[in-house]
Amino acid sequence: MAYIVDRRLNSKNKSLVNRERFLKRYQKQIRRAVSDAVSRRNITDMEQGESITIPKRDISEPVFRHGQGGKRSIVHTGNKEFVQGDRIQRPPSGAGGGSGSGQASADGEGMEDFVFQISQEEFLEYLFEDLALPNMVKRQLLSSDSFDYHRAGVSEVGNPAQINVVRSMRSAHARRIALRGKERRRRREILAELEFLAQSPWSEDVESQQVVLQAELARLNIKIHAIPWLDDFDLKYNLRVKIPKPSPKAVMFCVMDVSGSMTQDIKDTAKRFFFLLYLFLKKNYEKIEVVFIRHHTQAQEVDENTFFYARETGGTVVSSALNLMGEIIEERYSPSQWNIYVAQASDGDNWHEDNQRCHDALIKDILPFVQYYTYIEIGDRDPQGLWYLYEHLQRDFLDRFAIQRVRNNAEIYPVFRELFRKHAGEEVD
Amino acid sequence: MTDRYISTSSEWTFATIEAYDREIARIARDKFKLDTYPNQIEMIRSDQMMDAYASIGMPVFYNHWSYGKHFVNVEQNYSRGRMGLAYEIVINSNPCIAYLMEENTMTMQALVIAHACYGHNSFFKGNYLFRTWTDAEAIIDYLMFAKKYISECEERHGVEQVEMLLDSCHALMNYGVDRYKRPAPISAAEEQNRQKERELYIQQHLNDLWRTLPHRGREREEEKTVRNFPPDPQENLLYFIEKNSPALDIWQREIIRIVRKVAQYFYPQRQTQVMNEGWATFWHYTILNEMYDEGLVNDGFMMEFLTSHTNVVMQPGFDSPYYSGINPYALGFAMMTDIRRICEHPTDEDKHWFPDIAGSDWLSTLDHVMRNYRDESFILQFLSPKVIRDFHLFALEDDDRKNTIDVAAIHNDEGYRRVREMLSLQYNLSQQEPDIQIYKVNVRGDRSLTLQHVLNDRRPLNSDVNEMLRHVHQLWGYDVNLHSVEPNGRTVRSFHLVGEHH
Repeated sequence: MAYIVDRRLNSKNKSLVNRERFLKRYQKQIRRAVSDAVSRRNITDMEQGESITIPKRDISEPVFRHGQGGKRSIVHTGNKEFVQGDRIQRPPSGAGGGSGSGQASADGEGMEDFVFQISQEEFLEYLFEDLALPNMVKRQLLSSDSFDYHRAGVSEVGNPAQINVVRSMRSAHARRIALRGKERRRRREILAELEFLAQSPWSEDVESQQVVLQAELARLNIKIHAIPWLDDFDLKYNLRVKIPKPSPKAVMFCVMDVSGSMTQDIKDTAKRFFFLLYLFLKKNYEKIEVVFIRHHTQAQEVDENTFFYARETGGTVVSSALNLMGEIIEERYSPSQWNIYVAQASDGDNWHEDNQRCHDALIKDILPFVQYYTYIEIGDRDPQGLWYLYEHLQRDFLDRFAIQRVRNNAEIYPVFRELFRKHAGEEVD
Repeated sequence: MTDRYISTSSEWTFATIEAYDREIARIARDKFKLDTYPNQIEMIRSDQMMDAYASIGMPVFYNHWSYGKHFVNVEQNYSRGRMGLAYEIVINSNPCIAYLMEENTMTMQALVIAHACYGHNSFFKGNYLFRTWTDAEAIIDYLMFAKKYISECEERHGVEQVEMLLDSCHALMNYGVDRYKRPAPISAAEEQNRQKERELYIQQHLNDLWRTLPHRGREREEEKTVRNFPPDPQENLLYFIEKNSPALDIWQREIIRIVRKVAQYFYPQRQTQVMNEGWATFWHYTILNEMYDEGLVNDGFMMEFLTSHTNVVMQPGFDSPYYSGINPYALGFAMMTDIRRICEHPTDEDKHWFPDIAGSDWLSTLDHVMRNYRDESFILQFLSPKVIRDFHLFALEDDDRKNTIDVAAIHNDEGYRRVREMLSLQYNLSQQEPDIQIYKVNVRGDRSLTLQHVLNDRRPLNSDVNEMLRHVHQLWGYDVNLHSVEPNGRTVRSFHLVGEHH
């Protein structure tokens, strides 16, 4: 007779550890696939999982085995027309290879690759591995959301999961001692008396005394047993209190040039950059605020949808965006409380007279207050006006100003990684 | 009659499974005299089955990336509909653990119970290889010990160190078994005690072996006088390395030992695939037919059962797109059924070929076969002309010195014996795996290890050989040489791996 066990409710994912180790072992290939995928994909399906392909040669586990050559024999089924002594032409090498060997791919050709899927979560994990917003140093108490739990002694109320067994039992023990003490003492006396009476010579008096004592003993026993082992008010619970946790407040300004000089390709590249940034913030920083600013001759603050998909265009006045950003900072994001980040993308083309205004706005209203300012200039051409201006400014703000040039979509991800690489211990370099 | 059916629905419940198991057990035990370990049937989901696949079926197993790779592969193929999962996995342990998938219909569960819990189970308990080489009582405990030990090593020495070591051990796993020597069974508790003793002993023993550091000038003369070490070539590479490697820590030796034990535990399964599956298939077929004859199951049940059974024992011909070699279920089932036929209704041909068993009691003959053979000897002894004809077997010979592949034998009077011998060879592991043994250790000199590969029919090693030498070197720590040698002693090719330890 068999013993039947239902294991269906047992935990799943027993292979999770092994799977993780496997991914870790091939993380180089996975990273490469992820990075390829980013430059290949449309913005809209940027955040899906990915299928990873690893050449079978890299992944096979070696064993001592026979290679091709020598003499070998094999038995097959389903003979139709062969008779003993028939000679069969060898199939040309590489074409299926099958015939006698039974090791069709021993020569290494035509090997299938090992393909598997990683989930969306894992994809993003690899995508943003080791990246962080630098200098996030301003921390303060927020009113809600982020708490730590601390133990704070014991309490009379709580939920059953938090019962403090030791304290509860100790309290029950004390109560029992307190409530039964008198009765137990009396019981001991009676028992001693009964014993004494049992030894003394019989008389009616002794017997009647015994009866009285027995009755009292029975009463006492009932009373003692009526005291509960554990009572409601013995129960003690571990008390945990919520303590608000200081956490950083941060805002990211995304500033994109949508002027006429930005061709469709350049805009697409810029949008890719911002989309990566947006995914990165969404994944790694739950509570960061994002402000989207697009500008041509005028700048406006827009929502995410407009930012990524609207088509309005015009001339170029970069300072309009910087001024708007300055105003927004002043209005809503006091630098004393907020960690402020800026990412700006442009083709570098600006109305010449405007460069000075940009310079002033940056020096006065922006750069002193931000944690980190990144600028990417997109395009195949030589560096434009804005680049020289920023390059000049960068010397004074080395710790927080990073500029990079991007020629095409394929360079976006590497540049992105470079800009937001996690620095050891968050030091400024 | 209707009310005698155990159930008529295709949905299973625990009650009906119990009822079927009771009947199957009764028939297996009382009617067919199958001797089994007690059964433990575990119902699992398909994702748990994939987990089980990934850890080679064992309920507990140590962690390693290669099992993750296996899992990812199974998951990928299963979710894309490229492969189905097995209906069951059964473990050679006492009690015998069988996993049944919850997706199976009632009929499938009955089939699987008969197949695994009474077929495989009785094979595990009866076959001489399993009796000699595996310890069904202790395996689960031993694997728990192994898992715990390896995870402790990972904590102490780092996952990477352990992984590197396991990679090398796994590569040599097929060369970590004793093929002839017989181990003494020990329990897991004893194993734990002995592990401590081993630590002490090994270190002393090793120090003794490697005590003498090489002396420059005298080296040459001394080398001549030193006795050969090892005195005889060693086939169990992992055992030799575990006991004699100059470069390993105690914990590394213990891990090699664990891999060795696991390899040894699975070695009988690798040698009895055809027999084991044939035996189990024969019994699920026979037992379920008996149930039908007794009126315990209805026609619908039998139709579904026969459909699955037919799929299991299908054997496509060599020119079919579905052909992937000989199906062990098909061959094993055909041979077991054929032995019964030879016993019950022998023809003149059978009496000529099998005088010993023709007309004997089929039950005791099959029992004898199950107990005393492995695939190679089973085929050599019992593959009858009828089965050869039924399968249209033919043997090819592929010699790279000839321009053509020759048909060596087919299913006719002249060919039966030849086909049978060649098919038997095909299931001989020592024929399939290159014969590689430890030949010499330069004890007084550079400590190099020399392996010898004795060529079989001139077949060379494949391109993994350099990678493999790296793994041997990883375990040995000093130079490793490998010579491919003709049986007449002529060295055909040599491989060397010079270590970085100098």
